[in-house]
Parts: sequence; C-alpha cells; structure tokens
Amino acid sequence: MKRLSQTIRDLWRDPMGRIGMLGILLVIVIAILAPMVAPFGPDKMVALPKAPPSAEHWFGTDYYGRDVFSRILYGARVSLEVGIIAVGIGATAGYVLGLIAGYFEGWVDRIIMCIMDILFAFPSILLAIFISAVLGRGIGPTMVAIGIVNIPVFCRTVRAAVISAKGLEYVQNAKSVGVKTGALLIRHISPNVVAPFTVQATLALSSAILTEASMSFLGLGIQPPDPSWGSMLSEARSIMEQAPWTAVFPALFIIVTILLFNILGDALRDVLDPKLKT
Amino acid sequence: MEHLLELRNVSIDLPKGKRKPPVKLVEGVDLSIRKKQNFGVVGESGCGKSITCSAIMGLLSYPLTIGAGSSIRFQREDGSEVEITSLPKSELRKLRGKDISMIFQEPMTALDPMYTIGEQINETLRFHTSLTKAEMYDTALEMLKKVKIPRPEQILADYPHHLSGGMLQRVMIAIALINNPRLLIADEPTTALDVTIQAQILDLMNELRESYDTSVIMITHDLGVIAETCEEVAVFYAGQVVEQASVDVIFHETAHPYTTGLLRSVTSLGGERKELYTIRGTVPTAGNFSAGCRFADRCEHCMEICKKAPPALTEVAPGHLCRCWLHAGEAEQADKEAAV
Amino acid sequence: MKNYAIRRILQLIPVLFGISVLIFAVMKMVPGDVISGILGIEATPELRAQLAAKYGLDRPYVVQYLDWIGGVLRGDFGESIRTSAPILPEILTRFQVTAELTILAAVISWFIAIPLGVLAAVKRNTLVDRFVRVFALLGVSVPGFALSILLILVLSLAFNYFPPLGYVSLFEDPLRNLQMMILPSAILGVSISGSVMRMTRSSVLEVLRQDFIKTVRAKGASERVAIFKHALRNALIPIITLVGMQIGSLLGGAVIVEQIFSLPGLGQMTLTGINQRDYPVVQGCVLFIAFVYVLVNLITDLLYAYIDPRISYD
Repeated sequence: MKRLSQTIRDLWRDPMGRIGMLGILLVIVIAILAPMVAPFGPDKMVALPKAPPSAEHWFGTDYYGRDVFSRILYGARVSLEVGIIAVGIGATAGYVLGLIAGYFEGWVDRIIMCIMDILFAFPSILLAIFISAVLGRGIGPTMVAIGIVNIPVFCRTVRAAVISAKGLEYVQNAKSVGVKTGALLIRHISPNVVAPFTVQATLALSSAILTEASMSFLGLGIQPPDPSWGSMLSEARSIMEQAPWTAVFPALFIIVTILLFNILGDALRDVLDPKLKT
Repeated sequence: MEHLLELRNVSIDLPKGKRKPPVKLVEGVDLSIRKKQNFGVVGESGCGKSITCSAIMGLLSYPLTIGAGSSIRFQREDGSEVEITSLPKSELRKLRGKDISMIFQEPMTALDPMYTIGEQINETLRFHTSLTKAEMYDTALEMLKKVKIPRPEQILADYPHHLSGGMLQRVMIAIALINNPRLLIADEPTTALDVTIQAQILDLMNELRESYDTSVIMITHDLGVIAETCEEVAVFYAGQVVEQASVDVIFHETAHPYTTGLLRSVTSLGGERKELYTIRGTVPTAGNFSAGCRFADRCEHCMEICKKAPPALTEVAPGHLCRCWLHAGEAEQADKEAAV
Repeated sequence: MKNYAIRRILQLIPVLFGISVLIFAVMKMVPGDVISGILGIEATPELRAQLAAKYGLDRPYVVQYLDWIGGVLRGDFGESIRTSAPILPEILTRFQVTAELTILAAVISWFIAIPLGVLAAVKRNTLVDRFVRVFALLGVSVPGFALSILLILVLSLAFNYFPPLGYVSLFEDPLRNLQMMILPSAILGVSISGSVMRMTRSSVLEVLRQDFIKTVRAKGASERVAIFKHALRNALIPIITLVGMQIGSLLGGAVIVEQIFSLPGLGQMTLTGINQRDYPVVQGCVLFIAFVYVLVNLITDLLYAYIDPRISYD
C-alpha cells in the first residue's frame, strides 16, 4: 500500500488528478464556508421573484424571490453531507460484511453474498426510492437509503480483495506462526483492500450525490426548505422558460461536482492501480 | 540484389514524448538473408531480436517505431525489390502472410479464440488468393495433413481451445506456409512447448523446409535450437548484433565473451555433467547503456578501453563478425593482410 | 445450451425468492400503516379492524406473504387501494412504455458508444481519442434529469420547440409515438453511453494487445478485418455484460425521465404509488421491475455463452 502523502503527490503530478483534487477542495470549502460567504440566507425571500442575475443576485432569484447563488452554496453543503455520510454508511457496512464474508467463506459467505445479490437485483435509484418509502423523506432518511444501496458494491470489493490477499504468502506465514484470526484480519488483510476501496469510495461519492439529486428532483429526497440542487431544479421546472437561471445554475453545479468526483476517481485508480490504466 | 532480405542500419525507437529523444531499443543492425537460408537470431529476452523481426513485417507494436535511416529491403517473387520501411500499408499487407509469414512463441494465444481453425486458415487464403470455398477447404485440409495433424477434417471445425499447444503450433505452421512464402520468421516457436513436443515441431519444420523454397529466420534464446536448424547465426546483445558467423564457427571459434557465456550456460552441449554456468549481472535496460561496450559490466575480460569507447562490429575472420575490443587487433591484422 | 439455460434459470429461484421477501418485508416496515393512510388517524378501532380484515392485514405475516406471492405466481398482483383496479394489467400496459423507452435508449447508446469506443481505442492517444474520452467522462457524469432540463430549456428558448407531452401508443400512431419517445430515450441513451464507451475502448485496447491480433495482421489482414472481425468480436463479451447491467440504470433512469416527459410508464406508476401510499401498487411495480432486470441479466448470460465458444453449454 502506498502512503497517503505519496498518493497525493502522485495525484498532483497527474493533470487530471490535480484538477479533480483542486475542484473538490473548492466544493468542500464552499460547503464549509457557505454560511459565511453566502450573501443571503438559503430560505430568505430577499428580492422580487424571478429576478434575472444582477450585481446583487449573481444567479438571479427563484419563484419565491430567494437568492439562487446563496441557495446553491448551501446546496453544496447538503449534497456533500448526504454524499459523504451515505458513502460512509455503505462503506462501513460493506467493509465489515465483506471482511466477514471473505475471511470465513463457507456458509457465512454464501448468505452474505446472496443478500448482496438480492440488493444488486434492483436498479439503484429504484432501491433508494423504495427504501426511502419506509424511512421517510428529508436529509437523514435519504442518507440511510443511499447508504444501504451502496453496501453491496463495497462488500464485493472488500471480499474480493480479502480472498486474494489470503492467498498471499505473508498472510499464510502470519497464520502459520499463530497470529490470532481477529488480529490477522485487521492487521494483515485490511491494508491490502485500501487501494480498491478508496477508488470505489470516490466513485461512490459521485453516484451518491447523483442519487440524492435525482431523489430530491422527484420530490422524495431532501424536503423544503432545505436547499438541494435536485429540488431546486425540480422547482425551477415550471418557471424555467421565464427564469432559465433558476434551472441552469443548479444543473451546472450538479454536473460539475459529479464530473470532478469522477475525474478524481479515475486519476486515483490510475495512481493506485496502474495495472488498470489504459 | 543477391539477398532475399537485407537489413541496413536498422534501429527501433521507443518514443519518450515530444521533448525527449527516443530510446533506441535496437541500433545499427545489419543482416543479410539469402534465398533458402536458415538464419538464426539468438539472445536473451529483451535483447531486441523479436522486435527486429517484427519490424521486418512492419508489425512493430505501439508505440515502437522504426528509427530514421533504417533500411529493410526485400526481394519479391518477380525479382523486384521493395523497401519495407517506406512501403504503403496496403502494399505491406500484400506481403504479409504471402511473401513473409510468421510463427509466434505462444501457440495458445496466437489464434483468435472466437473462430474455428478452419476459418482462421481460410482467412489467410482469402487475403491473398481468390479460391472458392471448396478449393479453400481442400487446400486447408491438404496443409493440415502436411503438418501431420491427425483427424484434419475434425480439427478444421474445432476452436483453438479444443487443441493442445503442440497441435496449435502445427496449425500456426500450416497458416504460415499455406501461401508458400519466401521468408518464414519463427519467433521462439518451441519455447512455450513441452520438451518432447519441441523436438517434434523442430523436426517438422526441418522436414517442411525441404519441400518449400522458404528462407527461415529462427529467433530463439536456445543455442541448441540454432545448432539443430540453422546455417548462419547472429548473436544479439542489448539491441546490437555482437557476433555473427556460420553455426560451426560460432560454436567452435567463438570470439565474443558474451557468446562464450551463452555457450557455457547450455546444459546439453558438453555432454559431461558440469556445474551450470551463469553470466553474472543482468542485461542493462535500453536507455541505460554505458558509454563503452554494453557488455563491459558483465564481461570477464573487461579492459580499460571497454568502459570508455564502444567497440565496432568488425570482421575477425572472413565471414565472422564480432563487436569486441579483444578482437579489434585481429581485425586490424585482417585488414592489413587483405590490403597486402 | 438447453441444459445451461435450465441451470441458470434454476439458479435464479433463490434470488427471485429473496427479492420478493425483501420487498414484502420493506412494505411491512413502512411507518404509518395502510389503514391510517386510507382512513386517517382519527378512525375508530372498529372501522380499522374491519378494513384490516378486508385486506387480510390481521393475519400473520407469513400467511400474508404466502397469499401475496401465491397470487403473484398466478398472475394476480392484487388491487390498488386507491382505485380498486387490478394491478397486473395496469403494470403490463405501462410496461410497454417503459420497455420501448429502455430498448430505444439502449440501442441509441450502442450506436453512439460502440463505434466511438472502437475509434478511440484504434486512435489511442490522439486528438480523436482525447475527444471521445472527454465525451465519455461527460456522459458518465451528467445526470439524465439535468440533461433533460437543460435540453428542454435550450430547445424551447433557442428553437421555440416544445417536446410533446403526454403519450400516444406505438400501435396507434407510430410516428407521433416516436416523436415523443425520441428525446427521452436519447437522453437516457446518452447518459449510459459514457460507460459503454469507456468499456468498449478499454476492452478493445486490451484485445488489440493480444497475440492473436498480431497473427491476424501477420496473415495480411486489413485493419478493418483485424478490428471489426477479430478485436471487436473478442471485446464484445465484457461489453455485453456491462450492457446487461446498464439495463438496470435505464430502468431506474426511466423513473425520472418518465416523470419529466409525462410518459405513463412503470416508473411513473411507482412514483404515484409512493406518493399516494398505495402500497400494493408500489410492491407490485418494484417486484415487476426487479424481475425484468433479473431476466435481462439472465438473457445477457445466455447470450454470453452463445457468443463465446469457450463456454461450454452443458
């Protein structure tokens, strides 16, 4: 496994990696600083409705006279929050289940993987919508629903890495000198799954943000007054011919953010796993 | 042109981006192959012997390119000569599989797994002839019999994964010879096979050569194969020819220390049980060659000059070329004698 | 081939069973039960019990599940709570829309992605390749709904064109139907073409590196034969697998696109079901979509075995 600092240095050397890192850093900064840099509150009606972009309202105002720019900044916060926590949930659960399945194999493995196959049998957005029917709407339930959707892919990645790592000589050696199974699991196998896992996590972040935006667009995810890029776009639909800025800016932010995560994910894969580079 | 094939000053480049000069994987190779000659090319893996032969077919794999100033001339059946390095692609295609054909090291991966053996043989015919389906079938069947494949009718309908490595190599030979080429390049044709199969394939090739008017370039790292099949041999080291002579001379009047090392590391040749010899060190990688002789670091006879200046390929005896400072004096001597 | 197909179908049974159990369990966990949904929270206990009995909700879960799945196996998906209409006929009608959308989208995506992917592989590291890769990255990154909105906006503002809303069946008026379907399916198609393009490129590149391509060239094949007859044929296997999986994304994406373009498909039915808390409808739709997806993957597997002579059928 490469050290973190080395990985970042390698990423920096790759132009795409650099764009991805800088871009995502910017999105993160926007998300963290939103309350400080946003000129207006996200749900304050501050001007006439449907006002076009101006010096005061860079991205114009929406149907209710709220500042689109400010809402987009706050929306970055929601997107990242949901994305990171959802992937966190999916990755943690997937990691644990994958380790267990890969380590023990046998019937434990079969049961876990059968459940994963079942979860995989649903188109992911449909599964997220379906789960949120139980959990309800809003930020929390949406995070959990997307998190659950993400479990199988992590579980498979980790399981595959564990099974191949188990065949490695040094793991076999550790076992033969009597290292306890639990310790073996964590200390010798985990470092081997870090690379595929990190790549997976970056790509999962982009798809989680996409799923959240889609769900919110359908009115199922984030609920008003919380600003989400997806719900902003959905609200803009009825007025977009008169006020195109209400649709264009949220759409652009969704696209650019997902693009940045994908760029970073690709660059990361090239850096961590040069075998896959084409 | 008296030769079938002439390589002059052939170099092969590995491009290193727009700003840096390319790395020369092969440099200054001159080879001449006569009609019906069996020519051996020997050297360790990575010495440039295989890519040199790929270049003869215009088949360098991406991103390798042929270096400036290289010339590869080939004489066609009608006696006309072509310069392969500057031949248009469409002309090159007419040459491949017809005038020049090739057999590869790994028979298991050399055939497309998606098509039957029959289709892959027919393809070669279709590219170069206008036979009907029935004629192609007969020709293919005939050819499989020539390479001694049992149940040829069955084999034609089989897919590559149904066949063993030895059988697949026979199929490859059939494909290579079916258009009666003037030159056959065999790139380590027996390396991936079991020892018993190796002998069978070499015997088959020797036998078929009698009935075809084909010159053969046999690329191998195994001097035993050279001894069994070739008349003349060139020894490659680190992208250069270091010694070239007839097989007899190479084996009995070895001049270059690298060739000596290669000979001493062959098990079967001496007959008596000796400790297996290994040449110390490893082949330097392209781009990291020293300013002097490329073999200097591994050579038992290394002198001061070997580290400073590269030796030239010189004629140490009539028809015997060697690239070594040890023989530079002899070469001068030979020159003087020739002058007198 | 027959034995292989039968074995694959038998392997599906536990997965299908698991899917149905999962859907049933999730629906039972839904907070705010169906009865409150219909009667409101104020309803008297007697009235609630009456309705529970009517829908069989007073029985143990196992019995309810068996009753439901037994019905499903007989082709009876139950009735909508809102409209009392039987669910399966409605699903089948609406599935025609979703199926048309999905198939059109898949075909569009192949027509874009496979030629471009091959082109990028053949012309690797050139301007063409770079262009295709950027296009693929955009395709992977641009969500269908954002693309739809932007496209509708551009079309209406710049060309004064408004995509026809509503729906006419393919059998009623094929031309008008196609007119309606082309934009949504193109959007769906483009949204998955990015990943198909990437897969095609990397998989063709992988094959081009293999020995047998050198053999084919050494035999004197033209580039066209080497690439389309040999490289693409071999590269097709991973592409087919991906395309099978992409059908899932298409079915999911259909939920959104149907909503935007007011197409009366399965996705729209599911969403309406969720919004109206019509649980038998949601249950039926989700089950049906999951079954279709599993079935598509089965077909992919069989196709795979059919295309690759190395996979034996028995």
